[in-house]
Amino acid sequence: MKKITILLVVTIFLFSGLVVFAANEPPKEGGMLPDIKLSVPNSPEEKTYLGLKGNGSFTIPQIKANVVIIEIFSMYCPYCQKEAPIVNELYNAIEKNPDLKGKIKIIGIGAGNTPFEVDTFKKTYDIPFPLFPDEDFSIHKVCGEVRTPFFIVIKINKKGTHQVIYSELGTIKNAEDFLKLIRKRSGLK
Amino acid sequence: MHKKRIARLILIIGIISIVSFITTDQCLSEMFKDYIYQPGTLKPLDSMPKLKIGDQAPDFTLPSISGEKISLSQHLGKKNVVISFVPAAWTPVCSDQWPGYNLVKNIFDKYDAILLGITVDNIPTLYAWTFPMGKLWFPVLSDFWPHGAVAERYGVLRSNGVSERALFVIDKKGIIRYIDVHNINKRPRLEDLVEELEKLK
Repeated sequence: MKKITILLVVTIFLFSGLVVFAANEPPKEGGMLPDIKLSVPNSPEEKTYLGLKGNGSFTIPQIKANVVIIEIFSMYCPYCQKEAPIVNELYNAIEKNPDLKGKIKIIGIGAGNTPFEVDTFKKTYDIPFPLFPDEDFSIHKVCGEVRTPFFIVIKINKKGTHQVIYSELGTIKNAEDFLKLIRKRSGLK
Repeated sequence: MHKKRIARLILIIGIISIVSFITTDQCLSEMFKDYIYQPGTLKPLDSMPKLKIGDQAPDFTLPSISGEKISLSQHLGKKNVVISFVPAAWTPVCSDQWPGYNLVKNIFDKYDAILLGITVDNIPTLYAWTFPMGKLWFPVLSDFWPHGAVAERYGVLRSNGVSERALFVIDKKGIIRYIDVHNINKRPRLEDLVEELEKLK
């Protein structure tokens, strides 16, 4: 009887540990994004950029694009502050290129940031792409509680399915090189 | 008997592992990744309030990492003052809190306010800790010796010698207008502070 109890206890703990671990993994390249729901932005420009309509929530693969670059950041993170101009440069490089404009979109998710804090970050660095608050860390949690900045890139297929083609901690270093890498991995000409 | 002990051990390990998973690590910045001591979730508050809104803010003079001594009274009649106590250098949450304030000098300027950052650490520790944050626009003050004396006078010294995570807003007359002795494990929302600054206008 005791043996069974011990076995049961061990099994439960191992299993619960496993579940927690599984939930805490950052998205893997080749895999899929966890279930993330974001609020459709109020601003008409941002709606147009993302190809969304109405109100309510949306999931990232619903964004009208072939490739979506997701930056998990925080207004409070010094490296994210340093990264901001580089990501703006990336945005501009995409928008200036007729082959890429409309095909690659960027969004930011502010881990633990309130709407006001996200907005402060946006204004400070003049960030042209949409940023979303994640005040209660819920998105951050399903993304494996990564450190910041963390970049995830997904490729959206014609059928609406998607796969992660980049998932890494830290700076993208150089906008041009990063864009080359993303074009190569996504097959976007 | 032996099995019982094993079962108990497993139970304890299990509980510890679950508890350690529950605590959220809010110090996200890659910059501080290996340097931050993880104390786990702490008792949210561990001090008795000594001041209330409407009180005259106790004056103090403390050394800053730039070398000069800073007094509260030198700003009297000129600027509103926000005091940000953070528990200690190299701890989570606060390692991110000041870099955030560093971004919003314009907000403080808008409300004719300055910020004084205070911890109970000594100057070399504060210097090393704040160095990678880049140039901070606000003074960083050391309440190290006599240990935590200012924190004590403001009623925010915890029983283990670090301070609470607390914000005080003091108007130009030196009157305390806002006190937020925050849950030490959480970062105060920026908009809450801004709302209080707005009320000073």
